[in-house]
Amino acid sequence: MTTTTVSAPAAPPSGRAAPARASGRTAGRSAWGGSVVLLLGAAYCLLPVVWVVMASTKNASELFDSFTLAPSTHLWDNLVDLSGYRDGLFWRWMLNTALYAGVGGLLSVLVSAMAGYGLAKYTFRGKTAIFNMILAGVLVPGVVLAIPQYLLLAKVGMTNTYWAVLLPSIISPYGIYLSRIYAAAAVPDDVLEAARTDGAKEGRIFFSLAVPMMLPGLVTVFLFQFVAIWNNFMLPYIMLGDDHLFPLTVGLSGLLNQGATQPAMYTSVITGALLSIIPLVALFLTLQRFWQVDLAAGAVKA
Amino acid sequence: MTTSTTTAAPGTPAPPAGRPRPADAARPRRRRRRAGSAAPYAFLAPAIALFALFLALPIGYAVYLSFRRVKVSGLGLGKNARTEVWAGLENYRTALSDPDFVASVLRVLVYGVILVPTMLGLALLFALLLDARRVRAKSFSRVSIFLPYAVPAVISSLLWGFLYLPSVSPITYVTEKLGWGSPDVLDSGWVMFAIANIALWGGVGFNMVVIYTALKAIPTDLYEAARLDGASERQIAWRIKVPIVLPSLILTFIFSMIATLQVFAEPITLKPLTNTIASTWSPLMTVYRDAFVRNDIYSAAALSVVIALATLVLSFGFLRLVQRRAFSQEK
Repeated sequence: MTTTTVSAPAAPPSGRAAPARASGRTAGRSAWGGSVVLLLGAAYCLLPVVWVVMASTKNASELFDSFTLAPSTHLWDNLVDLSGYRDGLFWRWMLNTALYAGVGGLLSVLVSAMAGYGLAKYTFRGKTAIFNMILAGVLVPGVVLAIPQYLLLAKVGMTNTYWAVLLPSIISPYGIYLSRIYAAAAVPDDVLEAARTDGAKEGRIFFSLAVPMMLPGLVTVFLFQFVAIWNNFMLPYIMLGDDHLFPLTVGLSGLLNQGATQPAMYTSVITGALLSIIPLVALFLTLQRFWQVDLAAGAVKA
Repeated sequence: MTTSTTTAAPGTPAPPAGRPRPADAARPRRRRRRAGSAAPYAFLAPAIALFALFLALPIGYAVYLSFRRVKVSGLGLGKNARTEVWAGLENYRTALSDPDFVASVLRVLVYGVILVPTMLGLALLFALLLDARRVRAKSFSRVSIFLPYAVPAVISSLLWGFLYLPSVSPITYVTEKLGWGSPDVLDSGWVMFAIANIALWGGVGFNMVVIYTALKAIPTDLYEAARLDGASERQIAWRIKVPIVLPSLILTFIFSMIATLQVFAEPITLKPLTNTIASTWSPLMTVYRDAFVRNDIYSAAALSVVIALATLVLSFGFLRLVQRRAFSQEK
């Protein structure tokens, strides 16, 4: 028993746990200044979130009259109003966003994982050229592409469809770049060789051996792409004209525009804003451990 | 990032232990060559096809359009009156001398100079505090500060937009109680700061997590040695931690500069709440106006190319940094 407890602190390779404990005892007082600064930062970041929660409980007149951070009792009325707006158009936007981000994110992970694995685990003609091309793609700002993408899709009559937003969202040079790093780090060559010796097909090796090994990294790639599509504004703003195809961002932006002439719309806009951040915040809090981003090493540590 | 996983050279797989070598060594090599010929291309095919269609082709098309213009013959009526002709550098000349575009670029440069150092300074400060000993409320603060990253720029602009309205803002509530009157942050003099604050709110947490991840990777032995030599926590932070996480800082800087050049959603969303934001406030808004309000896609294409080139110049450092560091563990 004694030997195990003594050797335990030495277990973490960085040796972080042991020295922190030893020196923490010598300095008794805590750094109040630092804690206060952190809490001020947290308060700044939470202020709009707290505000939107409170504001969504107010009716139109309370919104501008009562103290801004005081709650009221009209949340249900606001939800009913918002849901009633043009036969539940808001919920259609919610579903559209889930479709764009969910399906787009999944397809993006699949394409990125295959490409990253191909780049990391094979030697072939043109590999360096292809990778450099993809790396250059990381640097091309996506929003600059939106207008030529629109013009090209307009030529084939695909603007103002789900495809117009979904298809450009699938290719993610950064996702391919990250997947290459995961494949190189997580899939050992001898496992692949052993599988080949046993006669497994390359596709089967990828899906049943490599994908499970890369999975934690692929979750991070999915999260990145999901958030990127969920947050994207310019692409759907340009591509779509029919408001039944809008994602939340474009829909709410349009609703706010209407509020300029009909202030009664403001309560719906605010309630909609609250509802639209709930899914992403939930996703963040539940999958927190996948958000350890190490840009310099080029990796996201899972 | 160690090199331990791949010690074997490519093409010469170590034979599994306990098997006769000569019979086995030939087979995997033959299989490998067959697999190596087609399989990697199959894995890369979807990515390459999508890359070509949705990245390379649009870029090429934008460049092509930027050298074209419409020639109107006669009165511009009739079917063949409008034809597309070669324009040379004319679009670029017009674009770069367009006072709206030049003003939007200068505006965004000032915006970037306000935003990026503030954001990265705060991100570094928060990250160092999260990594410091004896600081409390760390996990609560970390989650709270990172949370805005989950809020789309349109939604955060909408939330802050309301918070900027004097009749709604809690800040105005306080200043009025104090008898200072109610400042209008969407006033023309303040609107730049109002937009920068939204971007700061959305970006500080992400950059903090990037820097914090780099800080956690530093072996603590380094600090112990410094402490034994009598270094204070502040000295350790400035002299050891900051220099080590410098590559992360450089990268967050480059990414933030790229994002700054592309600011679009925040001013577009705030626009209905105020009349101090012009429809050409940022360069991308100018591109949008040219393409969809003026229907001049040629000018819009030229502006897009200019913005893309500026971004590439800015991010060239990124390419050099990552290529040197990231792929040491691969064959």
